[in-house]
Amino acid sequence: MREIAIVDLGIGNLANVRKALGGVITNDPYEIDRAEKIVLPGVGNFGAVMERLEPLRGVILDTINEGKPFLGICLGMQLLFEESEESPGSRGLGVFEGKVVRFRGVRTPHIGWNQVFPSKECPLFEGIKEGAYFYFVHSYYVNPRDEEVVAAKTDYESMVFTSAVCKDNVFGVQFHPEKSSKNGLRLLKNFRRL
Amino acid sequence: MLAKRIIAALDIREGRVVKGIKFQNIRDAGDPVELAKRYEEEGIDEIVFLDITASYEKRRILFDLVKRIAEEIYVPFTVGGGIKSVEEIREIIKSGADKVFLNTAAVDNPELVRETAEVVGSANLVIAIDAKWNGKFWEVYTHGGRKARGMDAVEWAKEVEKLGAGEILLTSMDTDGTQEGFDIPLTKAIVEAVDIPVIASGGAGSPEHFYGAFKIGASAALAASIFHYGKYTVRELKEYLAGRGVNVRLE
Repeated sequence: MREIAIVDLGIGNLANVRKALGGVITNDPYEIDRAEKIVLPGVGNFGAVMERLEPLRGVILDTINEGKPFLGICLGMQLLFEESEESPGSRGLGVFEGKVVRFRGVRTPHIGWNQVFPSKECPLFEGIKEGAYFYFVHSYYVNPRDEEVVAAKTDYESMVFTSAVCKDNVFGVQFHPEKSSKNGLRLLKNFRRL
Repeated sequence: MLAKRIIAALDIREGRVVKGIKFQNIRDAGDPVELAKRYEEEGIDEIVFLDITASYEKRRILFDLVKRIAEEIYVPFTVGGGIKSVEEIREIIKSGADKVFLNTAAVDNPELVRETAEVVGSANLVIAIDAKWNGKFWEVYTHGGRKARGMDAVEWAKEVEKLGAGEILLTSMDTDGTQEGFDIPLTKAIVEAVDIPVIASGGAGSPEHFYGAFKIGASAALAASIFHYGKYTVRELKEYLAGRGVNVRLE
């Protein structure tokens, strides 16, 4: 029994995610199915990555419905929603209702260390200070229809966006915990311990 | 609020750090991974690795190093130096670098900037500009500062932004190595000319110098010697900046 499956979409290097979490990097549906927890990291274009993820849609939704802890990172969080302005017509996993939209009227992409303010109890942020810094690189952000799923928010220039979501066993973070030094490692450890 | 970033630079040759670094309790002061880890512990926000390996045949050593860094370091890092092709850029990103930077190759072939931005995304592409005041304008230099190119750095910065650069790493050759402060007039001119983040580089000698660069709008400031020789730790620097009201990541 593998503890954590880190879903490999062939983009970027997942070595430090695996180092922080343990587990196995895989795109084998069988291996994902028998994992205890699933991590979906993601860098790239919504539509292009969704296309690669399509063969795994069933197994990922099954594991989520079975109640296994699931963590989406960056694009991996956006893929949990229904659709994105980045790729009109491409259908996301739809675990959460709402749309992924592009930043407007602020410097885009949003790159660098920014503060995360939890807006509700979420086990991912246990032991992490309010307003702790995490590393972000993105041009799109999620707009959940249900405010209840919002776990944390971040201020950027003139606006505020959702930087983490959390509902039952499903978690998503817009920042990169694997690039966020101690806070990021703590968050990954919190996920591992769920 | 988005934090101002403090970046450390390490020069690498054939997989080893070039300048000796006076850290205590480091097993191997020539190992880039050991040093990068140390910087991460001290609170560095980002690390830039400049590969000065002359021979193209030894490129594999760099790719292997990037993989090791990616596995051990939990802050973003940028790799550059002598990169000429999209293939190399792809390989470096695939090996785990967060960003690449281009300098000479961008001047020689501006199309490469556009192409790279399309392949790896603007957010992962930094254009390094080395500039020196020639009495009339800040002139762009390439080949590690050896070759004057007759181009105006301010115009070049605007052009690379249009071509898809995500950030500008701006080194003043007038202040580099002096430890007397960043080149404020040059940095200000570039910050005002573009919308993308500008990293000030060259001349850092004290915490006041960083404050000066941030005050005129630099998004990040890069230094090597000030940290390498243990003059100030990253934490001391950040505490000073926080005390003067600069938003920095301090935890």
